[in-house]
Amino acid sequence: MRERISGLWQHSTLARHLIGAGAALLVVIAVMESVSEFRSIQLASMAYLGIAAGGLTVLTGLNGQISLGHGALMAFGAYTAALLLPDRESSTPLVLVIIAAVLVTLVVGIAVGVAAARLHGPYLAGATLALAVAVPGIALFFKETLGGEQGLRVVMPDIPEWVLNTAFFVTGSELSRSRYVAYIAWLTLIVVFTLLANLARSRVGRRWRAVRDDEVSAELAGIDLGRARVSAFMVSAAAAGAAGAMLAFTVKLAAPSAFSLTLSLTLLAAVVLGGLGSLTGALIGAALLTFLPGVVTDIGVGSGLSDIRAAELAPLVYGLVMVAVILVAPAGIVGSLRGLIARSRKTNPLTTTSKGTSS
Amino acid sequence: MQQFINTALGGLTLGMVYAAFALALVLIWRSTRIVNFAQAPMAMMTTFVALVVIDAGYSYWLGFAAALVSGLVLGAVLERVVVRPVEGKAEINAVILTLGLFIVIHGLAAVIFGNRYRSFPAPFGLRGIKVGDSTIALNGFGIFTIVSVLIVMALLVALFRFTDLGLRMRASAFNQEVARLLGVRVGQMLTLGWALAALVGSLAGLLIAGGSLVHPGFMDSVVVYGFVAAVLGGLDSPLGAVVGGLLLGLSLSFVSGYVGSQLVALAALVILMLVLTLRPGGIFAQTAERRV
Repeated sequence: MRERISGLWQHSTLARHLIGAGAALLVVIAVMESVSEFRSIQLASMAYLGIAAGGLTVLTGLNGQISLGHGALMAFGAYTAALLLPDRESSTPLVLVIIAAVLVTLVVGIAVGVAAARLHGPYLAGATLALAVAVPGIALFFKETLGGEQGLRVVMPDIPEWVLNTAFFVTGSELSRSRYVAYIAWLTLIVVFTLLANLARSRVGRRWRAVRDDEVSAELAGIDLGRARVSAFMVSAAAAGAAGAMLAFTVKLAAPSAFSLTLSLTLLAAVVLGGLGSLTGALIGAALLTFLPGVVTDIGVGSGLSDIRAAELAPLVYGLVMVAVILVAPAGIVGSLRGLIARSRKTNPLTTTSKGTSS
Repeated sequence: MQQFINTALGGLTLGMVYAAFALALVLIWRSTRIVNFAQAPMAMMTTFVALVVIDAGYSYWLGFAAALVSGLVLGAVLERVVVRPVEGKAEINAVILTLGLFIVIHGLAAVIFGNRYRSFPAPFGLRGIKVGDSTIALNGFGIFTIVSVLIVMALLVALFRFTDLGLRMRASAFNQEVARLLGVRVGQMLTLGWALAALVGSLAGLLIAGGSLVHPGFMDSVVVYGFVAAVLGGLDSPLGAVVGGLLLGLSLSFVSGYVGSQLVALAALVILMLVLTLRPGGIFAQTAERRV
């Protein structure tokens, strides 16, 4: 029995990821029930940054394509959600709203991905940078439908009865609206990350990595470079769409100012800080981006800066960390830790496992 | 007709600024194969230096000179300290590094100078020139913009064509190994290249700021336009950058004048995608297309 379980663990990535997802769900419930209302909103923002960073990790880390336009892609998800949830009476179920947001962004992602598949390094960065700067203008131009500078209000429907009952049954306390949104965001994050982790481990993921590592060899091995690049872009755009919908749910607004170049650069910062290519890294990066600003701003105010200037310390700090990571530890936080562990294992032969799994 | 002429004139003036900015990107790309995405915030920073000097009661021209000199220093220091380690490494590292610098300089400017809009003076009148009985949209500052960019370009051409230093810089950009064998101190040449590029970028910043408002993000979209202009010309050719800048300035001015100013960035994106898809080597490419 034990062998069968360990065999399952070794051979079925899906089973492993599902068990991981279940464990993550338990952790989320435990954390969410023990934090304050304010923290639950912060956790919701961490979730949407995490979802988008996870998608970007797949694109940049696994496939080697850099995108500075993922904040702009999130806008498509957020505006779709806003258009579907205009008022209290809107009866579109949230699941459908999320799926619609993902689909719309997916279509945009295909268009961008097809164009991007031909570009490399700085050219791709420049093109996606142009995307990030251009998209907010669309919302300003179509003022009538997209609300211009003010943006569109997002009205969350009432919490369904069965959700309230289930929540009460599981946690023993009433579910507040902000906690409800945070739960949705984290559930979406778990689903997205499980799917991404499976894809990364699958044949598709291997193709992505092969294209990243050596185009010529990949092509000789029969991989369609264009298809691999476009599919990576599609998957990561879909994640950005889901993240956009979560952003709309959390801040209850879809406005152009939320999807500035800063957001796109912030996402890249999260991915780089955590370590290119690791989903755990993306989550750590998202956590840093969510909680660091508060800490740094407090330090700034404490040392005599005005509130507004102190608020600018946070981007300064993660910009500095980003530069430092590239110069000192290009593998990011998670990658460097992994490297350290691998090295310490090598020097200590007793802990070396005979069945080394390739990672 | 009058609107057409005014739109075209506005486009040419703006195109000159984009050309200067594209030139700065090309200078760096040629020598180090890095697209300096931090160019815009660097220029923003030096514009603020000028503003500090002017606000302290000194003349516009002293501020102008201070901005150019601080650009020169900033470019050299950044290349020496931060960029040197990633030169010649994986492309993606250099891209991320310059973006990191982008965020850092932004944050620094916002902390030091604050995040509000401030007005920046212009040395010449902003009233249009009268031709016959109609006013055309070319003002003293516009003429100053065009003339100063032309002067800088002429100086750069003279430097690269006719001086020993320019020859050494071209050699380092062309082939570092061979240049090194011939006794050129390539490292110094690269630092100088970055310094000159930052100086040209600072000029672009001053020209965009003149007579309008500045705040830490005022140059952000210009890096996109400068990049598009440089790609139009093929990223490798200074002349291409200038023509690309003018073409882009004109196109964007017409989009802004006849369609809507909100769609200017989108138009730049469309132009960029068209060029990269149809002629990846830029519209002036004659030799075999380079893979992008």
